[in-house]
Amino acid sequence: MTPATVPHLPRGVRLHHDRVRGTMVLLAPERALMLDEVGAAILGRVDGAAEVGQIAESLAQEYDAPLAEVSADVAEFLSDLARERLVDLHG
Amino acid sequence: MANPPAPIAMLAELTHRCPLSCPYCSNPLQLAGREAELTTEDWERVFRQAAEIGVLQVHLSGGEPASRRDLEALVGAACDAGLYTNLITSGIGLTPDRLQAIADRGLDHIQLSVQGTTAISADRVGGYRGGFDRKMLMAEAIHRIGLALTLNVVMHRHNLEELPEVFDLAERLGARRVEIACVQFQGWALKNRATLQPTRQQVDRAKALVAEARTTRAGRLVIDFVPPDYYSDLPKACMGGWGTTGLNVSPDGQVLPCHAAQTIPSLTFSNVRDRDLGWIWANDPAFNAFRATDWLPEACRACDRVGVDFGGCRCQAMAILGDASLPDPVCRRTPGRAALDAALVAEGNAPGLDAAIFRRMGAIAG
Repeated sequence: MTPATVPHLPRGVRLHHDRVRGTMVLLAPERALMLDEVGAAILGRVDGAAEVGQIAESLAQEYDAPLAEVSADVAEFLSDLARERLVDLHG
Repeated sequence: MANPPAPIAMLAELTHRCPLSCPYCSNPLQLAGREAELTTEDWERVFRQAAEIGVLQVHLSGGEPASRRDLEALVGAACDAGLYTNLITSGIGLTPDRLQAIADRGLDHIQLSVQGTTAISADRVGGYRGGFDRKMLMAEAIHRIGLALTLNVVMHRHNLEELPEVFDLAERLGARRVEIACVQFQGWALKNRATLQPTRQQVDRAKALVAEARTTRAGRLVIDFVPPDYYSDLPKACMGGWGTTGLNVSPDGQVLPCHAAQTIPSLTFSNVRDRDLGWIWANDPAFNAFRATDWLPEACRACDRVGVDFGGCRCQAMAILGDASLPDPVCRRTPGRAALDAALVAEGNAPGLDAAIFRRMGAIAG
């Protein structure tokens, strides 16, 4: 994964606002992943066009956090999901 | 009792009708006929109620769900209710046109079963000639439409040798996921246990092959593997804990804590025709019967595993020990384990598949 990699949610994986539990959930085959605020913020920026670097920059700005730290967190989070085929990575 | 957590998943058994007759079927021996089935409107109401109480995913299953002529409408109703909708199908009864219609209604994911990796082996288990070739045509159509696909195989003594070919087939069909479940002995499978039980050697080889494939196919194919119970030393958490995570609606509208719960004679079940799902989930005595762990024997309540497996499978305790409130006999720390070991010894040289009782309506009385 590089800062220019573009992540996207493949068909069969989608973000869902769970009104009953008051949380964002990533729904996938036989999986319902309850997301914390950071996870929801990352995946909320995954639109099939935004690059990993742009997603990290936007988060660093919004949360007023060091870019290097945020970039590492974003890369780790998306790599874990890609290993489970919950996110596809291009480029 | 305190309010239970909201359920996450619902198994909707739309029908018990099925063109296949797999001897490992987990349906009950007493199959519900077409005339007893819930209507389209009943299911629409159930899907809405499920979403209201927190269900996130619905698994449309059976029998063969495509045996229902209103499957397209049912998929649409589940999707409209906001549920992540998964169709569990043998592919028989579907056509490319029906698949397209179902996809257009919003289906999220499809789980296609095969009984083996060649027409000869698969059709022998499924008891339906030409079935495998039809499944391959449906897999092609699924790929063309672009639906997310999981390949699903129930494995047993007569197909476990084909495991490497299962991985290849899954990737060739474009599946992102493969679900390999060693047969669980409930319903028809329990009747055929002697014929279906794998050998220790097969199980050890399968575990090694799964571990290897998880490495070599990482990032391409996700592998879910359910090992056979009788060769495990500790039980699985049944349904993630009775009445905590999931519920099951039978074709005739009974609401069950798990698909085999009807084998427990002390339980009676509410019906979605009479009660709404939220009331049933929170108040029905069958759901409360084995919630938490205070019903377990004292030794189990003191065990360090009690919060992991909650005493295991209630239906297995019922089937093997005749008492659903005993710990799952898979557990090596319990006296009930001797019964499973005895079965493994007694059935070690059991007959071949020809001796199996294939599942069909009216095959077994009582």
